[in-house]
Amino acid sequence: MPVITYRDALNQALREELRRDPNVFLMGEEVGVYQGAYKVSKGLLQEFGEQRIIDTPITEEGFAGVGVGAAMVGLRPIIEMMTWNFSLLAMDQIINGAAKLLYMSGGQYKIPMVVRGPGGAAHQLAAQHSQSLESWYAHVPGLKVVAPATPYDAKGLLKSAIRDDDPVIFFEGETLYGSKGEVPEGEYLVPIGVADIKRPGTDVTIVAWSKMVSVAIKAAETLAADGISCEVVDPRTLRPFDEAPIIESVRKTNRCVIVEEGWPYAGIGSQISYQIQQAAFGELDAPVTRVTGADVPMPYAKNLEHLAMPSPARVVAAVRDVLYLD
Amino acid sequence: MATASVPEHVTRQLASTPKAKLTEMLYQMLLGRRFEEKCAEMYALQKIGGFCHLYIGQEAVAIGALSVLRPDDKIFTGYREHVHAIVKGCEPGRVMAELFGRRDGVSHGKGGSMHLFNRQVGMMGGHGIVGGHIPLATGVAFASKYQKKDDVTLVFFGEAAVNIGAFHESLNMAALWKLPCIYIVENNRYGMGTSIERASAIYDVAARACAYDMASETVDGMDVLAMRDCVDRAVTRARTENAPTLIEARCYRFMGHSMSDPVHGHYRTKEEVEAQKQQDPIRAYYGHLLAAGLIDQPGLEQFDAQARAEVEKAIQFADASPEPSADDLYSDVYSEPYGPYRRSEA
Repeated sequence: MPVITYRDALNQALREELRRDPNVFLMGEEVGVYQGAYKVSKGLLQEFGEQRIIDTPITEEGFAGVGVGAAMVGLRPIIEMMTWNFSLLAMDQIINGAAKLLYMSGGQYKIPMVVRGPGGAAHQLAAQHSQSLESWYAHVPGLKVVAPATPYDAKGLLKSAIRDDDPVIFFEGETLYGSKGEVPEGEYLVPIGVADIKRPGTDVTIVAWSKMVSVAIKAAETLAADGISCEVVDPRTLRPFDEAPIIESVRKTNRCVIVEEGWPYAGIGSQISYQIQQAAFGELDAPVTRVTGADVPMPYAKNLEHLAMPSPARVVAAVRDVLYLD
Repeated sequence: MATASVPEHVTRQLASTPKAKLTEMLYQMLLGRRFEEKCAEMYALQKIGGFCHLYIGQEAVAIGALSVLRPDDKIFTGYREHVHAIVKGCEPGRVMAELFGRRDGVSHGKGGSMHLFNRQVGMMGGHGIVGGHIPLATGVAFASKYQKKDDVTLVFFGEAAVNIGAFHESLNMAALWKLPCIYIVENNRYGMGTSIERASAIYDVAARACAYDMASETVDGMDVLAMRDCVDRAVTRARTENAPTLIEARCYRFMGHSMSDPVHGHYRTKEEVEAQKQQDPIRAYYGHLLAAGLIDQPGLEQFDAQARAEVEKAIQFADASPEPSADDLYSDVYSEPYGPYRRSEA
């Protein structure tokens, strides 16, 4: 099976869906002539032309709204946010527009739109360019939220997102773009709303998504050397949330650590731990524990940034904690 | 004597518009007025809840503008939109049912006064965040061009919306990409209780189009034929050249901002409101039609009786419509069922 980067997997997904459906178009800052700020859209302008690969002014609220309007009349826009940090300027269009139009029109206007781009921290980008905003979007009924961890999932989920009739918030990762993995040739889809066991295990369940999957797996590898078997479950989609495989895993391990790059307060991990205690309270042998980004704006200094991020070492410590080992 | 004082656009429109259309516009203005008066009554009776913004005084803007549209053209509005919805083709009964929060409402009771939608007639909504719908309209115009269709999109908003970023971002894109979108500012002089002089660094709203090298016009929004004349030019520009236009329609609302706001008070005087009421757009238009021999007093009275009867019928329809079922709480959040969510049959 070919091994390709996460970036190229996304590029394949875009290319295949643009070929498949003339109503699909890509719009955003630097997506065309510049070939994408992170080169995800490389070559698309050359193949599909400027009618369908549309460079915009720096006008996030404006072009997000253009996407919602175009979707109201049946087009399938893919709106690229250069990073999710900039989507804060477009919140009114996404939350008050995309998420609500089907409901408040009594079912008349579907919004088949994807908003995608990189989320989370990269390397020393400081407070305004390092945010993980998954819980902001997952909070809102009407939106679907996807955060793939591997090239395989990225391609299959992006294709599903483009074909979905609801607005999909698609979190990529700046530091994931260069990561590699197996991606089969030819057509496949990964369904939205289906979790995936990334590493089977028996002693502790680790829930992680997007960039945190690799952090969880590194921790699991370290722990395996000590004879501790971790099961890493990747929800892949944060809304709709596929609870069953996580509950099933917790029923088996009786312990759970949730790894989240974002802030702890009202984070996705809070919601997941609520769901676990509702469904499997009697089967827990330890409180559900979270490893999250530090509850601070992201600092610039390298050492402080490192301290602010979840790391394999912190996950190892959390797993040992729920096993009452230290 | 009348001929000498009749403005050029009135002569032109009276000559070029079919008689049936001219009288239909008068009927629509009366219907809009009577509908809104009835809404005020129904609000007092608590049959209508939430926020409710009435259009009384501004009828000429929507009715003149919509009079030149084709059925496949689309409109977006803010939240003072009952009359736009009816004139675009929503049945008054279904609009009233929406205001009553009933299942047969145009948005099945999910939207209310501020969120009237009807896909079949191109009523793209009633939107509640000031100016937030301007990019959406720009997107629909983008889609028309993308699909090589020649329908046009009109978007109505108040003068207070021209100070938000979404307005400027939209005008820039529409001018840059040449989109068939017509931006109609209903300048009723007050954003809620703040006068334009206290909110805008420049008084002349249409002048803002210069920043985007966009065509613009300032028009008397109390004159339905002036609106028709002006929007007709803009629609032609949009349909044939894909060029956007910014129109500033200067008008006045005779009621408070919403039902909870008195007609006059802290921000405008009774004298000012009474003076403006002398410029009533329905009376002015009736004067033109009367002078042209297209209607007489009995004709006007007959129209008015007909409008009142249609509003009564709308009330009866709304009263008879059931409330949404409890199941509807979770319908149409997503287009496919998951968890508690499902689709409505509508």
